[in-house]
Amino acid sequence: MKYIKFLIVGILFGIILSKSEVVSWYRIYEMFKFQSFHMYGVIGSAVGIGVILMQLFKRGIIKDFQGNPIKVKDKKKGFIRTFVGGSIFGLGWALVGACPGPIFVLIGHGAVSILIVLLAAVLGAFIYGLLAKKLPS
Amino acid sequence: MEIITQPWPWYVAGPAIAFVLFLLFYFGKSFGVSTNLETFCTIGGAGKISDHFKTDWKARTWSLVFVLGIVIGGFISSQYLMPSQAIDLNPQTVQDLAALGFANAGSEYLPVEIFSTENLLSLKGIGILVVSGLFIGFGTRYASGCTSGHAITGLSSLQTPSLVATIGFFAGGLLMTWFVFPIIF
Repeated sequence: MKYIKFLIVGILFGIILSKSEVVSWYRIYEMFKFQSFHMYGVIGSAVGIGVILMQLFKRGIIKDFQGNPIKVKDKKKGFIRTFVGGSIFGLGWALVGACPGPIFVLIGHGAVSILIVLLAAVLGAFIYGLLAKKLPS
Repeated sequence: MEIITQPWPWYVAGPAIAFVLFLLFYFGKSFGVSTNLETFCTIGGAGKISDHFKTDWKARTWSLVFVLGIVIGGFISSQYLMPSQAIDLNPQTVQDLAALGFANAGSEYLPVEIFSTENLLSLKGIGILVVSGLFIGFGTRYASGCTSGHAITGLSSLQTPSLVATIGFFAGGLLMTWFVFPIIF
């Protein structure tokens, strides 16, 4: 039962991504063609509010539900891993019009083809794991 | 009901996503989806092949439940909350897509040119799905994050690696859309 809150947050996230058309391939294409403000507005306003939230977390003004301070984990550093890894992801994101969150939303929509994308993505993560120690960071 | 059935504009969706981010941190976790791809590998027994996957996946149960919720949210939306599947695209986008061979762009949520089940039977059709999946899985894990972990959480917490990753996301995306699409479509 302690997990039910995460199920509800997930359902909410799935509905938001569906209703805002963020999971539509067309919206991603339109974004990369700079032909619509929609996606920039979605990401930009989420980040804008996120910046304020993070500050409230860091300053201890908002605590978690148990009253503990909220810590935001530091991301792994390294120019090559973030830029090259990010660019490889970007190629896939633009091609199939879905990042990991939307992949799961589209499974819910009943898009059969996206199951292939998910399986391949798991395989891609597996290949990364095998090579992780050998790749430059 | 109008508000529920109409597509939501960016100024509703962006703050709503920030609310999801808030809830996950408030519940003592973090916001990010792509780590689950590695969790699936661990559950599938990848720890026997590489130490990289020797992790305690049970500690990530919350995230697997979150992802299950995303699937259910997608299902509820497509069944009950989306009477129209049409996407109101920029006419220029529709024209550009027509030139690439995408007929009736925006008339449905996803283009049949990529997502139709017949495409699963053609080498090119299945190749597009497999290659993009491989890129998404490999790229997000190498960069240690996707749109939610880097572009939203990381940028919000003003982290340089996330800025570099987000620039990478766009570099790859622009390269694909502007230069690779005209070759493959």
